Amino acid sequence: MLKTLLSCLREYRRESILTPVFVTCEVLLECLIPLLMAKLIDDMDGTTLRPVLIYGAVLTILALVSLWFGVLSSRSAAKASAGFAKNLRKDLFFRIQDFSFADIDLFTTPSLITRMTTDVTNVQNAYQMILRIAVRTPLMIVFSLVMSLAVSVRMSLIFLCVLPVLALFLFGISWKTFPLFRNIFKEYDALNTSVEENVEGIRVVKAFVREDYETKNFQNASEQVRRDYTHAERIMALNSPAMTFCVFLVILLVAFLGGRLIITSLGTDLSTGELSTLTSYGMQILVAVMMLSTVFSTASMAAEAGHRITEVLNYKSTLTSPENGATEVKDGSIRFDHVSFRYRKDSERTALQDINLNIPSGTTVGIIGGTGSSKSTLIQLIPRLYDVSEGAVYVGGRDVCEYDLTVLRDAVAVVLQKNVVFSGTVRENLRWGSESAGDEELENACRMAQADEFIRQMPDGYDTVIDQDGANISGGQKQRICLARALLKKPKILILDDSTSAVDTRTDALIRNALKTEIPDTTKIIIAQRISSVQDADTILVMDSGKIVEQGNHKTLLKRKGIYYEVWQSQTKKEADAE
Amino acid sequence: MKQGVFGRLLRYIFGHYRWRLLAVMLCIAVSALAPLAGIIYTRQIVDTCIVPGLKTGLDSVWPNLVRMAMKMGIVFMLGVIATGVYTQLMARIGQGTLNHLRDDMFERMETLPVRYFDTHARGDIMSTYTNDTDAIRQLISQSLPMLFQSILSIISIGITMLSFSVWLSVLVAAVLLVMTLITKKFSRESGEYMGRQQNSLAKVESYVEEIIQGEKVVKVFNHEARSKEKMVDLNEQLFSDCCRANRVGNELMPILNNVGNLMYVLVAIIGGIIIMLKLPNLSLAGMGALSIGTVMSFLSMSRGLSQTVGQISMQVPLYTMGIAGAGRVFELMDQQPEEDGGYVTLVHISRDADGMPEESKTATGNWAWKDTRKDDRPASYTELRGKVELDHVDFGYTPEKQVLFDVSLLAKPGQKIAFVGTTGAGKTTITNLINRFYDIADGKIRYDDINITQIRKPDLRRSLGMVLQEVNLFSGTIMDNIRFGKLDATDDECINAAKLANAHDFISRLPDGYHTKITASGGRLSQGQRQLISIARAAVADPPVMILDEATSSIDTRTEALVQTGMDNLMKGRTVFVIAHRLSTVRNSDAIMVLDHGRIIEHGSHDELMAAKGRYYQLYTGAFDLT
Repeated sequence: MLKTLLSCLREYRRESILTPVFVTCEVLLECLIPLLMAKLIDDMDGTTLRPVLIYGAVLTILALVSLWFGVLSSRSAAKASAGFAKNLRKDLFFRIQDFSFADIDLFTTPSLITRMTTDVTNVQNAYQMILRIAVRTPLMIVFSLVMSLAVSVRMSLIFLCVLPVLALFLFGISWKTFPLFRNIFKEYDALNTSVEENVEGIRVVKAFVREDYETKNFQNASEQVRRDYTHAERIMALNSPAMTFCVFLVILLVAFLGGRLIITSLGTDLSTGELSTLTSYGMQILVAVMMLSTVFSTASMAAEAGHRITEVLNYKSTLTSPENGATEVKDGSIRFDHVSFRYRKDSERTALQDINLNIPSGTTVGIIGGTGSSKSTLIQLIPRLYDVSEGAVYVGGRDVCEYDLTVLRDAVAVVLQKNVVFSGTVRENLRWGSESAGDEELENACRMAQADEFIRQMPDGYDTVIDQDGANISGGQKQRICLARALLKKPKILILDDSTSAVDTRTDALIRNALKTEIPDTTKIIIAQRISSVQDADTILVMDSGKIVEQGNHKTLLKRKGIYYEVWQSQTKKEADAE
Repeated sequence: MKQGVFGRLLRYIFGHYRWRLLAVMLCIAVSALAPLAGIIYTRQIVDTCIVPGLKTGLDSVWPNLVRMAMKMGIVFMLGVIATGVYTQLMARIGQGTLNHLRDDMFERMETLPVRYFDTHARGDIMSTYTNDTDAIRQLISQSLPMLFQSILSIISIGITMLSFSVWLSVLVAAVLLVMTLITKKFSRESGEYMGRQQNSLAKVESYVEEIIQGEKVVKVFNHEARSKEKMVDLNEQLFSDCCRANRVGNELMPILNNVGNLMYVLVAIIGGIIIMLKLPNLSLAGMGALSIGTVMSFLSMSRGLSQTVGQISMQVPLYTMGIAGAGRVFELMDQQPEEDGGYVTLVHISRDADGMPEESKTATGNWAWKDTRKDDRPASYTELRGKVELDHVDFGYTPEKQVLFDVSLLAKPGQKIAFVGTTGAGKTTITNLINRFYDIADGKIRYDDINITQIRKPDLRRSLGMVLQEVNLFSGTIMDNIRFGKLDATDDECINAAKLANAHDFISRLPDGYHTKITASGGRLSQGQRQLISIARAAVADPPVMILDEATSSIDTRTEALVQTGMDNLMKGRTVFVIAHRLSTVRNSDAIMVLDHGRIIEHGSHDELMAAKGRYYQLYTGAFDLT
């Protein structure tokens, strides 16, 4: 994990190395300063100012140098950690852009987003902390110990005894509370989910007069969090008295034993000035231990985030573009040859089973079938959004795996069932289809998709800004914009995955008609719920549980009196009721 | 404003934990004084034991040294105990206060009018519970005790210093002032950069979110390269803002530290000069000579003081964040709850021998409206039948923009009224008015001939069922979610409701049946299945009047048929208002209201409206979307 993460440092390696160097200098000076301060006190005998002035001058210079190193280390640490985060975010984003549909399904969208946002921020903060404090504290401990050993070996024994006891205690507490906090965060999540549900579903809560009921539920969950959090915090709170105890113990022992030592040795083993030096070294050591235990718990939390990031960075996409792939798609013909498909290798369920299909270029194919019949799965194999498990799919006479991916997907336009428009103007959204399209071209595509008229009626026409998630346009309008966007690609194959469901029947018919007359050479595949959307197709496929169960045109399928006939009957019966 | 929030937060904590908080303050005071005692005792050890001991030998000062050490030990033990007590208490107070805040916030939130939720972004409300509460947690459990302790230390060290030497104290005070100014400058700068950083972070994150959520579309359009380009730009901006913000944040500590070191040198030199020149030393104890021991203690005190200032400076951003968070939490708690001036309630009734209604304590299956105004007349009962009337209703979400104009209609008990019209015509708005999610501007709405403003809101809403287009379920099992409609419903009642809603079949096929957990994202349930559960939820409540908003989202044919039948079952025998998206629903209605720009432009039965060849005819023949 570390190797992968650190390889993202790249141009910020310099800062990452320099920071600890600066910090080391800073620490060195910080340890030297109290030593000189002690000398200053010792030489202050009330007769001459010379030593005070000399030490004072040296100290001033050292303080300024230490300040300089402090500023340097601050800057380089900031740059290193911000740069590290930048590279991590970039690498993650680039990696995700190269993910296939299957990879996205595997990680799931919300999880990918968390990895790119919260996890990166956590790693960044921890990295900065480690660069400065994790270098600083052990050095501080070592230097302070060395210095105090130099002052007095016997007195330093006090620190050597207290230090491990405190360290053990503090790390023990971190160790013990870590799982508790993990559990608390989970409870917290549940609590927040409940708030979110209430905010979103406030109409339901109020309509059923469940305010008190929900409040009681919330308060129970909240009380649970309080109980567990208090429990964990009370254990954590033991840190404080333990720390205080050790600090006081050190001060007391230094004063008492040190005082005794000074007197018995008549000031040769230890001087009065050194007494206060020892005390401040002792404090420095203990504070450093305390810091180290915080670093420890922050680092272990960040380690989890780092692990999740590494998972994405090290993930080898299952679907890649071949080298020197074919760069031209000859025509819009499609052939499925004994195709089977499972979403996961180890999955028992076969989404598609032994599909054989031949679609000549320029024909229109309609597909109907219930949820879970794998209609969407079938068409997603054509632009190689997923790879087949067995068999092969051919487009323009070639196996789809032989094409350069960009070329293939440029030739096959899919309007997905889950329509997505992006924040930006209508025009910007349409340009996704073709960056270079002129206004005329845009309008042409929109006319075909029956979108031109309503776009013009919007406040700023083609320059109207669409809110995030397309909140300011209706479902039917969104579908038509998405269709126009796909048409702008001028594809050889156009696939509509239930993408006119929110459009009224009349407009739906107009769209189909436009597609037929305007782009006759494009192969069109239409997945729909409404029989009326597919009944004019050259071929209609009826799918059920991953198989094509009926195939033919409207007339022949009606004659078969199978599923197609049933659906047709139920849909026309409803219409007939109306008359 | 800020002062007000801080004071209010303190009062809030104080209100819940009066004695414990006082104990905490006492303990903090003890623990803040203990180190000071340490410094003083050390000085005394030096001045009264070591210095004379060097001349007279250990034996003569030994008892004194032991006594001093014992005194020191006792004071230190007190300090340790006080620290232990106050940290334990603070853990309870901190978490307890957060719990109270959360509970109060949620309780208040549940009483707020729907308008509040419609006008506030979900993310903002959520952030009050997450980020703001967390900031308050840090404030209470970390910053407050530390600030209190630091202030005490500064005051006590200050007094001690003055008692040692006024001149040196003035010197230290001047340096402290410089440190404070530096801290102020840095805090202001860091606040500004932090804001910028937050801003660009939000930009990167929302871009990333949008693209990853639409990742499949990105792939279909080969848009990867371009989205990478834009991401790199945003990321670069974030990097430079982040760099600057962190730099300012990091630099403060070393700067303050070394200013502290310089102060040390200054004190030493000036102290040295005073001693050497034998200048008179002014202290609170009077004039006298400055001793070496005094300068020594002064030096360690000045170090302690500069460290304290450093600690406070570290707390400043946390404090600011915590106060800002508390401000937002209090703002939510200060929102005005929904007003309810109703005095008509819904009660169970039974009929006495004469057929007169009589109030009953137990469920009878019969309901009546009871006027609870306290006057001399005997209580009057009106049987609950489900007649709803809108009488010249005007309404606007804001006073400036009216969205409904003079809407009148009458639904007799058991009648089905359908609303049709294009997006924005005002169909959904009408459903917000009958249950008083919003109050009308002009006109009247009557339920069983009672003006709904006279009916207590909970009772009014209990008499109205709702199935909304957007299905909101709650974490818990499917059974819990159905029971949401009627809390005391038995399992059988819930299952029957599920059967009525056509949901029973699919639920029983799930591995855990009715005990299947519904997770936040909906988990394995499809949109159609969630819809079926929401119908069952309304069915178990069994109200006389239903408001239905048919779903437009694409559900597959088979589930759609199930939903349709479920809805039809639910509508039977009730007064129904339905926002129709399916022509079959519209056709089966007793009356159809065609809405356009907030006005009813046509109304009547299907046949009448078809014959009129107006807007309804156009809609029906598909000239407009029914969405």
